[in-house]
Formats: sequence, structure tokens, C-alpha cells
Amino acid sequence: MIEANLPAMFVVSYISISLLIVLAGVRFKESAQPLATFGAGVTAVLSLVGWIVVKANTEAGFPAIRYGFGGWAPPIGIEFVLDGLSAFFLMVVNGVAAVVLWHSAGNLDKHLDAHPPTFYALASLFLLGLNGMILTGDLFNLYVFLEISSLSSYALIAIGSRQAPLAAFRYLILGTVGGTLYLIGVGFMYAMTGTLNMIDMMAIIPLIAEEPAVLVALLLMIVGIGVKAALFPLYGWLPESYTQTNSISSALIAPIGTKVAAYVMIRVLLFVFGASGLNAVWPLSEVIAYLAGAGILFGSIMAILQKNLKRMLAFSSVSQIGYILMGVALMNPLAFAGALFHVLNHAIMKATLFMVSSHLERQEESVDIRDFNDSYRVKYPWTMATFTLAAISMIGLPPMAGFFSKWMLALGTIEADHWVLLGVILTSSLLNAVYFFGILEKVYLRRSGQKEASQASMNEVSWGMRLPALILALTLLCFGFFNVPLLDILQTLFPV
Amino acid sequence: MEMFLANYAYAFTLLILCIGLYGMFFKRNLVKKVIGLSIFQAAVIMFFVSLASKMGGTVPVKWDEIPVEMIDGYMNPLPHTLMLTAIVVGVATQGVAFGLLVNIWNRFKTLEEDALNEAILEDSRD
Amino acid sequence: MKRSFESPITLLGARALAPFIMMFGLYVIFHGHYSPGGGFQGGALLAASVLLMRVASGSKTSSLILSNAVTTPMGVVGVLIYFGTGLLAMFLGGSNFLDYEGLPIPGMSPYYLRYTGILIIEVGVGLAVMAALVLIYDKMADGEVSQ
Repeated sequence: MIEANLPAMFVVSYISISLLIVLAGVRFKESAQPLATFGAGVTAVLSLVGWIVVKANTEAGFPAIRYGFGGWAPPIGIEFVLDGLSAFFLMVVNGVAAVVLWHSAGNLDKHLDAHPPTFYALASLFLLGLNGMILTGDLFNLYVFLEISSLSSYALIAIGSRQAPLAAFRYLILGTVGGTLYLIGVGFMYAMTGTLNMIDMMAIIPLIAEEPAVLVALLLMIVGIGVKAALFPLYGWLPESYTQTNSISSALIAPIGTKVAAYVMIRVLLFVFGASGLNAVWPLSEVIAYLAGAGILFGSIMAILQKNLKRMLAFSSVSQIGYILMGVALMNPLAFAGALFHVLNHAIMKATLFMVSSHLERQEESVDIRDFNDSYRVKYPWTMATFTLAAISMIGLPPMAGFFSKWMLALGTIEADHWVLLGVILTSSLLNAVYFFGILEKVYLRRSGQKEASQASMNEVSWGMRLPALILALTLLCFGFFNVPLLDILQTLFPV
Repeated sequence: MEMFLANYAYAFTLLILCIGLYGMFFKRNLVKKVIGLSIFQAAVIMFFVSLASKMGGTVPVKWDEIPVEMIDGYMNPLPHTLMLTAIVVGVATQGVAFGLLVNIWNRFKTLEEDALNEAILEDSRD
Repeated sequence: MKRSFESPITLLGARALAPFIMMFGLYVIFHGHYSPGGGFQGGALLAASVLLMRVASGSKTSSLILSNAVTTPMGVVGVLIYFGTGLLAMFLGGSNFLDYEGLPIPGMSPYYLRYTGILIIEVGVGLAVMAALVLIYDKMADGEVSQ
């Protein structure tokens, strides 16, 4: 019976876990974190089951599971669609979330004199919203889940430094404007097609793709989703939000929040509208690709200038989401597979890097890069090793997985004859190397004339915190070695 | 001019949207920004409801005098239900926004954007 | 927000009006499937009656009507009613999530089962919305720094 209702079980598990956390939190405050990790873990296993089921279905010939809620058949009712793309994103989101929530157990005493049950219930609702956005097959239902995850993330970000509520307020204003613009776009599409179902709309759009109303709807939806996905000029909320918040929220929201918005872009641009509908009046896919390219360069350059480790990682996120959106906008299977593989890689890499920054913040009380020095090599050997593995993958050196995703993206730009974007990818890899190697140099190499590393002894965080970060960094190595079968599967997910 | 008169509902929606955006971007007080946000969301709700209207249609509540087969007698109920959800989302967003504002007031003792920017600058200086 | 409003006329007016608003809110919830109304609208009216008393008589006195310790569990119970109905329909009835045809109430045709299912979830939504709106006010009042 779980098999038959598989798409609904994701939503069911997260709602029940969040209700359970609130109810148990009245009496047992410490039970919140184990319950949340358990919920995310169960959903990660369910998403693995979903991937296997979808693989079996694809061999049998019908790739997508369509599940109508309330028993109403799809065009009338709201449905959840579980196909290859959704199953992949579900695995990424739930897997990374489970590891991050496991890691947060070691960091709880420092941060949450507030209230663990509230925090973890909000985290479960955030994950509920993300899962719903990935699974849904209905445009308005997507708006509802988008707002669920956004409201939870505004509250999660507001817990942190003294300026955190201000950063969260700015994110609230910009994020709600984005969601509302998306809603107006959905209204225009409903007025033109009479349906809100994605698969239904896919059939109707080729007939009306040149109407001005459809063009306006498309632009509004791109801008609306672009605010949540931090597409180039619309990234303004991201640096402050990821910097001022506490380390558990940043490790949870930064790797997966913008990726699901990129998934929504894929669904709306590539599946609902399609390459022909997208470029019917204006060459919008090229505009998005070039904006994403500008975002890549801008993010990398700004990251070099930062002195705060978390703000550097935030600008690096702006740059990496540019890679993903560029791969989506190039409209060929190679770039698409590169973009999806980069989603997986960047989620794991960013989670690892934010976890490392939380270790440093916990032990050193500051994340200022100017304070990094030689003694870190002795005080935090495991943390710095994890940081090195993740940094090598971010720059894009083989055999780490980051190299292969950038390689596929570069192949995609060659295939689409966009030589400027190829230059952008290569230049930004060099720029990434500048800011990551800067930190590695401070930690591992000693300049001539500097005194010997002070008599520091190992001051590492607990194994409960080191282990998840190390496991994630090692999975990057695994994905690097075994990337060929995965990339082949990802290329087949491109909608023809 | 007659295009404007024929589509007056959409013109008013656009006007209210612009008022909301003006409030959000050009007013310096944070509470006024939240008010601008709620005006912006109200404009979207008006837009959807105006999509649902039909000439000569009545509210979409079943009435025995007008049989269900005569679909021009009832307005389209789908945008009405969508907007119920959107109103709830708007209320929740304003709740979160006001909670954040209470927190900002407790920490900074001001809600004017200029004073807040100065406070942030002073914080980062030391 | 925590102190009561200082005029006896406001207090008298609020005390007179609040029960009728609550009654009207219940009417709107239960008539949701038949005329304009429903869970959210009725819940907002119920919350309005509680908040009227909170504003007029202060937090301490009106917590006799609805105390802080009750509001969060009430909201959770409201969501549980909605969610539980959907789950019951899924597990015991063998149909999809939220398909009220599968509710295990004997002797009703599927048409009336869906009718009843909607009624039950509207009650759940009303409770949850009332709890949420009262909680927003209470948390803001808690954050108030007294002069």
C-alpha cells in the first residue's frame, strides 16, 4: 500500500514528523532533533525506492507515475507526478537534508537556547515544501508549496546573529514579490489555456505560443522563479541571508533551497513550454543563458573580495547556481546532464563547506578569513581535510565530481556554439581556484619568515560532527569515479 | 481609450499593483513596506477574481433555479478557490513579517531603514 | 497590547459582541459546503472574537477564555483532524490520499461520504486557523517591551 501511494508518502511523512515534533516537544525537548533526522532519513529511503520504481517503469515503457489526490483524475484534480527528474531531485534534497540534520546534533547546545522543537518543526515544514514543489504536477499547487517552504525558511534564517531578522525581512519582501509575480504569470496562463495541469498545458501551448499574453506570462514566471533561484540580477537577498543566519539553517537551506527553484525553472521552461514555446517570440533561452553566465562571473569575483567565510560561500553559491541555470538554458542533452550532475555535486559540496564553517565558528568564535593561520592545520586536521576535498571539487579538478559536471557543461556549450559561455566557465574555474586556494594556502603552507605554528594541540569538534562532513566529502570522490553510468541516465532525462 | 474602458478591471488591478510596489520600494519605514506588500497581494487577488466573472453570471453556489448544465449562469468557481488559498498565504506572510519586525524593534529600537543601515555600519566597524 | 484598553465602554461592547461573533463563526464553518463560507473564513471569525476580548480586556484577563498553553495544541489538533481524515481514507479505505470515499463510516454512499469528509476537514481547518491567528497576536504581545 505504500507502493501504491508512493508520491503521497513523502508529504505524509513530513507532516506527521513535524506534528510529532511539536507534540513531543511539549514534554521532551531533546527529542526534536532525532525525530527530524529520522523523518528526513525515512523520506530519503522512500526517494531511493521511488528512483528504483521509476527505473523499472521506464524499462516497462511508461515512465511517469501520476497520482491524483482525492481520487479525482488529473485534469480536474491536483496530481503528483513521479518521473525520472522528480525522483532524482527528491534523492538529492532528502539525502543532503538527512545528513545535515544528523550533523546538527553536535551543534545544538551552542545555538538553540531558543527552542529545538520549534526549530526542527520548521525544518521539517521547509523540507515538506521542497518535496511538494518537486513532486507536484499542477502550477498553482507549486505556488502553495513554494510559499510553505519560503515562509519556513524566513523563520529559520531569522535565528542567528544580531542582524539576522533584518536579513530575513529583506528576504521575505523579495521572496514574496517573486512568488506573487509567479502567481500572476499562472493567472495569465490559466486565462489563456483554461487549465492548470502541467501535462495538459504542454499539449495546448504549441497552439498559442505567439500570443502576447503567453509571452508576458512567461516573463513573469521567469522573473518570479528567478528571484527564488538567485538568477543574476535577482540575487540580492542571498548574501546577507546566508551570512547572518545560524550555522544549522545555513547548512540546511543553502545547498537545497535554490536547487529546487532551479528544478521549477526546468519544469516550466523545458517541460511545460518546451524549446519551441520558450523561443517563439523572443530568444529567451539565450537571454537566460547569458544572464546566468554574468552571474557566474559576478559571484566568483565578489567571492574573492570577501573576508567573512560564510559570505564568501554565499557568493560562491550565486556563482554555482549560475552554472546550473546556464546548463538548463542551453537546451541540449549534454548541458542538461551537466546541470543535473552539478545540482547533485553542488548540494553535497555546499553542505560540506557550510558544515566546515560551522565547526570553525564553534571552536574559534569567528569566521574571519584573515584570522586563518598555520595552527589550523594542527588544531583541526579532519575538518581541514574535509574542506580541502570539497574545495578541490568546487574548483573542478579531477577525480572529484565537480570536474565532471563542469566538463559536461563545457561540452554542452560547445555543442550549442556559445563560445563566450565556454570562456565564462573556464575563467570562473580559475577565479574559484583563487579564493579557495587562498584559504588552503593560509592553512597548509607557511610563508618564509613566519614563526613556527604555535604550540597548538588538536581541538577538533566531536566525531558526531566530523563524520557527516567527511562522509559527504567522500561521496564526492565516489561520484567522481562512478560518474559515467549516472551521466548516461541523466542525459536520457532531457525532454525531447 | 475604449481599450481602457473595455478592460477597466485589469487597468485598476495594474494601478493597485503599482501602488503596492511604490510602497514597498520607496517608503523608508519597514511597516510601510509590509503594508505595500499586502496591497500588492490584494491586487493579484483582484486580478484572479476578475478573470472568473461572466456577464450575467451569479455566484458559484448551486441554486435550483439555474441548472448546472447552463454554465453561463454561474461564474467560474476555480479562481475563487485558488484565491482563498492565496489569501491564507498572504495572512501567514504578514504574520511572519510582523513577527520579524517585533524582533528587529527589540534589537535595534528603530524601524526606519536609514537608522538601521547606520546601526549595521557601526556594528561592522568594530 | 498586554494592558487592557482603558475605557469601560469598549469593554462592555466587546463583552457583548464576542459571543455573537463566535456563534456566527461556527455558522460559517458548518455551512461552508452549502453557501459561501468554509474553514478559513469561519476560523478567522472565531479568532476575531477571541482577539476582540484580548484587545479590550488585556492579556491576563482574556487568557481565561483561551490560555496560551491551549492554543498551540489546539492548532496541532486541527491539523491532525485534517491529516488524520486523509490518512484514514488512505489506509483503511484503500483509495488515494484525501479521497473521502474510503472513510470507514458504514452505511453511506460514496457521495455522502465525500460530503461528510469535507465537513470534517473544514472543522479541522477552522480550529487550526483560529489557533494560528490567536498565536500570532500572542507572540507579538509577548515580544512587547513594556514602557
